Amino acid sequence: MATVDIHLNEETAHHGDGHHEHEHHETNFWTHYIFTIDHKMIGKQFLITGIFWALIGGTLSILFRLQLGFPDMDMSWLKPILGKWIEIDTATGFGTLDPEFYLALVTMHGTIMVFFVLTAGLSGTFSNYLIPLQIGARDMASGFMNMLSYWFFFLSSAVMFVSLFIETGPASGGWVIYPPLSALPKAVNGSGLGMTLWLVSMVFFIVSSLLGSINYISTVINLRTKGMSFSKLPLTIWAFFLTAVIGVLSFPVLFAAALLLVFDRSFGTSFYLSEIYIDGEALPNQGGSPILFQHLFWFLGHPEVYIVLLPALGITSEIIATNSRKPIFGYRAMIGSMLGITILSFVVWAHHMFVTGMNPFLGSVFMLLTLIIAVPSAVKVFNYLTTLWRGNLVFTPAMLFSIGLVSFFISGGLTGLFLGNSAIDIQLHDTYFVVAHFHLVMGSASFFGLMAGVYHWFPKMFGRMMDAKLGYIHFWLTFVGVYMVFFPMHYIGIAGYPRRYYSFTNFDTFNSFADLNMFVSIAAICTMTAQFIFLYNFFYSMYRGKKAPLNPWKSNTLEWTTPREPGHGNWPGEIPTVYRWPYDYSKPGADVDFIPQHIPYSETPESNLPYENELIKLEAEDKEVKVADGSKH
Amino acid sequence: MDTTNIHIVEEPEKQLAMHPRKFSMWLFIVTVVMIFAALTSAYIVRQAEGNWREYELPLSLWINSGIIILSSATMHWAYLSAKKDNLEMVKVAISSTTFLGVLFLIGQMWAWNVLVSNEVYFTGGNPSESFLYVLTGLHGAHLVSAIIYLFIVLFATFRYQVHSKNLAKIEMCATYWHFLDILWLYLFIFLLLNH
Ligand code: HEM
Ligand SMILES: [Cu+2]
Repeated sequence: MATVDIHLNEETAHHGDGHHEHEHHETNFWTHYIFTIDHKMIGKQFLITGIFWALIGGTLSILFRLQLGFPDMDMSWLKPILGKWIEIDTATGFGTLDPEFYLALVTMHGTIMVFFVLTAGLSGTFSNYLIPLQIGARDMASGFMNMLSYWFFFLSSAVMFVSLFIETGPASGGWVIYPPLSALPKAVNGSGLGMTLWLVSMVFFIVSSLLGSINYISTVINLRTKGMSFSKLPLTIWAFFLTAVIGVLSFPVLFAAALLLVFDRSFGTSFYLSEIYIDGEALPNQGGSPILFQHLFWFLGHPEVYIVLLPALGITSEIIATNSRKPIFGYRAMIGSMLGITILSFVVWAHHMFVTGMNPFLGSVFMLLTLIIAVPSAVKVFNYLTTLWRGNLVFTPAMLFSIGLVSFFISGGLTGLFLGNSAIDIQLHDTYFVVAHFHLVMGSASFFGLMAGVYHWFPKMFGRMMDAKLGYIHFWLTFVGVYMVFFPMHYIGIAGYPRRYYSFTNFDTFNSFADLNMFVSIAAICTMTAQFIFLYNFFYSMYRGKKAPLNPWKSNTLEWTTPREPGHGNWPGEIPTVYRWPYDYSKPGADVDFIPQHIPYSETPESNLPYENELIKLEAEDKEVKVADGSKH
Repeated sequence: MDTTNIHIVEEPEKQLAMHPRKFSMWLFIVTVVMIFAALTSAYIVRQAEGNWREYELPLSLWINSGIIILSSATMHWAYLSAKKDNLEMVKVAISSTTFLGVLFLIGQMWAWNVLVSNEVYFTGGNPSESFLYVLTGLHGAHLVSAIIYLFIVLFATFRYQVHSKNLAKIEMCATYWHFLDILWLYLFIFLLLNH
C-alpha cells in the first residue's frame, strides 16, 4: 500500500492548490491519447482495454465450451495456438486438452470477465466519461490521479496477460482463488508463478480501482454545477457514486486477503494452511484456516458483484427513461433501493459459504439478510417495468439492450432466491445452477448494460452515430444466444453437474445431458461470433459513421449540451446551471416532449406545476446575485 | 471554501465546503481503515477457532506508543505555527515530528528483535505470531509513507509554500499523521486485549 500513499502525496505536492490545471494543458499525441488527464479520453482508454479483455475472456470460454460440449473431439487443430496444452497421442495423432489447462481457462475467464471487463471496462469507462459531463464539471477532482488509475489498470492488465503465456500456465484455482489449492504449487502447476502473477496483477488492479473510486466520490460530492443538488442528479451518477463507495469499502479487504495469501505462499506463514498432506508428505504449516480466506474474499466478493451490476442499472435507468419518453418511475425509490443494496451488500457475504460447515444459526441469519436484498432489487425491476408501461417507446439499440438487461435481471434474480435458502443450497452449491444464476444476473445483465451504454453514448464519445441496423442484429443474436447458453444450465445444475469439472463422460448419470451440453456449446459459439458484428460497427462508425447531431436521443442530461466533440474542459463557455431534475419527459403542457436540465422554469410557463412557479422567483434572485458578483470582478 | 479565490463568476458552485484533495485524503484514510478492519477481524475470527499460541507483548511497545503520541503533539505544534506564519517554528516542529516518527519505527524494529529472541517468529509458527508482524509491519509501511509526506511539507516550507494562507498541504499531512497515531493506538489496545 505504501505506493499508493506516495503517489497521493506527490499528487498533492505537485499541484498544490491550483484550481484550473486543465487550462495549462497543451496537447500533443502523447498527452492527448496516452498520458492524458482528460476524463473523456481516460474513459475511452478504459473502454478499448475492456473490449480487448472481453475478446480474450470470450475466446477462453469458447475453448472450454468446446471441451464440455464435445468431450470426444480431436483438438489437435488447436495445437498451433495452444501449444503444449494440447496433448497429442503419438500413435493416433488424437489431440486432447490438458485437464489442468482447462482449470486455468475457467479461472482466467472468470477473473478477466469479473474484474477486467465488467469492473474496469464498465465502471472505468462510464464513471470516467459521464460523471463530469453529467454533473457539469470540467474534469475529475484530480486528473492526475485519474491518469494513474488507468495506468495502474494497464500495468495490472499487462501482468495478467503475461501470465497467460508462462511455462507453468496461468492461475488455475478458480477466480475465487481459495487456498489451500491456490497456495500450493505442489498441488497444481497454476499455483506456481501463474498465481504469483495473478496476485501481483490484482494488487495493481486494487490500487487502480481505489484511485478511481476515490476520485469519483470526490468529484460527485465537490464539483457539481450550480443547482445540481443530490435530488437532481441523474440516476447514472447515483449508481456510479454508490459503486465507488462500495469499491472504497470492499477492495481494501481483498487487499488484506491477498496480502496474507502472499505471505502464506512465499514467506512460509500459516494464515490459511493447516495439516496438509501432498503425496503422503505432511507440510509444515500448522494452525491456519482456509475458511478465513473465504470470509475475507467474499466480504469483497459479494459487494463486487454489485460493483459490477450497479453501473449497468444506472445506465439502464437513464436509457429507459429517455427512450420511453417518460419520467423514470419512482426516482426516489430508485435511489432508496440503490442505497439499500449498497448497505445490504456488505452483510450477505456468507451465502457463498453455506456449505463450509458454518454454524446453521449463522447460516439462517445470512439467509434472512440475503433474501431481504431481493426487496430493493424487486423495487428496481418494478420501476423499470412501470417506466416502460404505456411509454412512447423508441427502440434504439441502446433501449433494446437495456430492456434485455431487465429481462436477465429478473430471470437471474429469481434463481438467487433459491440459492439464498441455505437448505436448498446444499443441493445446488457449486453446480451449473449457480453458474446459470450469476451469468444471467451479473454477467449478461452487466454486459448488456455496458453495450447499452456504448450504443447510447457513442455519439458523444466519437461524434458519430453507430449503425442502428447492425445494432438490432447484434442485439437479437446476443439476447437469444444468452438465453440459449445459460437457460439449459439450470437443468444441468439441478441434475447435479458440478462446476469446474473437466469432463463428465465417466459418470453414467450424466450421459442424458450430453446433447444439452453440446447445444449450449454451439449456442455459445454463435453468440460469441455475433459480437464481431458489434466490433465492426464500433470501429467502422468511429471513423465512417454518420455525423451525430448534438442531442440524438432528445435527452435531458447535461452531456448533450456540450459541443459535438467536446474539448478538454467540456464546455467552451460557462458551465450550464441546472434548474430541474433530469426526467422532464413528455411533461403535460410542454410543446416538446423533453425539457433539458439547464432550462429554467421561467422559460417554460406552459408546463410548470404550481410549486415550480414559486421556484421562478428564486431563480430570479439567483440571477441578480450572479450579475452583482460579475460586476465586481 | 474561500470564495475570494475563484476567478470565474459562473462557477461558484462548490456546494460543499470541502477541499477536493482533503476530501480525497479522507477517502484514502477510509481505505486504510478497511484494510486494518479486515485484518483485525480476521485475527478475531481465527483466534475464536482455537489452537492459538499466547505470548507476551514486548514492553517497548509502551514506549513506542508514547513516542508516537508525542509526535502527534509536535505535528499539531507545526500546524499551529504555520497558522501563525511562524515558519522557523514550523521547520523545527516538522523536523522533530520526523525524528520522532523515525524513532518510532526503530522502536518497532527493536520490538521485533525482542519478539524473535522470545521465539515468536513471523514465519513457520502459529498464525497468532505472524499476525503481530503483519499488523505492525503494515502500519510501519504506512508510517514510512507519512514520513515521506513530512519531507515534502518540509521542502515546501523552505520554499515559503506553507503559511497561513496556504495550509492545505500541512493540514492534510497532519490529518494523515494523527490518523496513523490513532491507528497505532487502536492496534496496540487491540493487541493488549486479544493477544
Ligand atoms: C435476488 C438476489 C440474489 C440472491 C438472493 C442471490 C443469492 C446467491 C447465492 C446464495 C449464491 C451462492 C450460490 C452457491 O455458490 O451455492 C449466489 C452466487 C452468486 N451470485 Fe447471486 N444472488 C442474488 C443476486 C445476484 C446479483 C444481482 C448478482 C450480480 C450482479 C449476483 C452474482 C452472483 C455471483 C457472481 C455468484 C457466484 C459466485 C461464484 O461462486 O463464483 N447475484 N447468489
Ligand atoms: Cu453473493
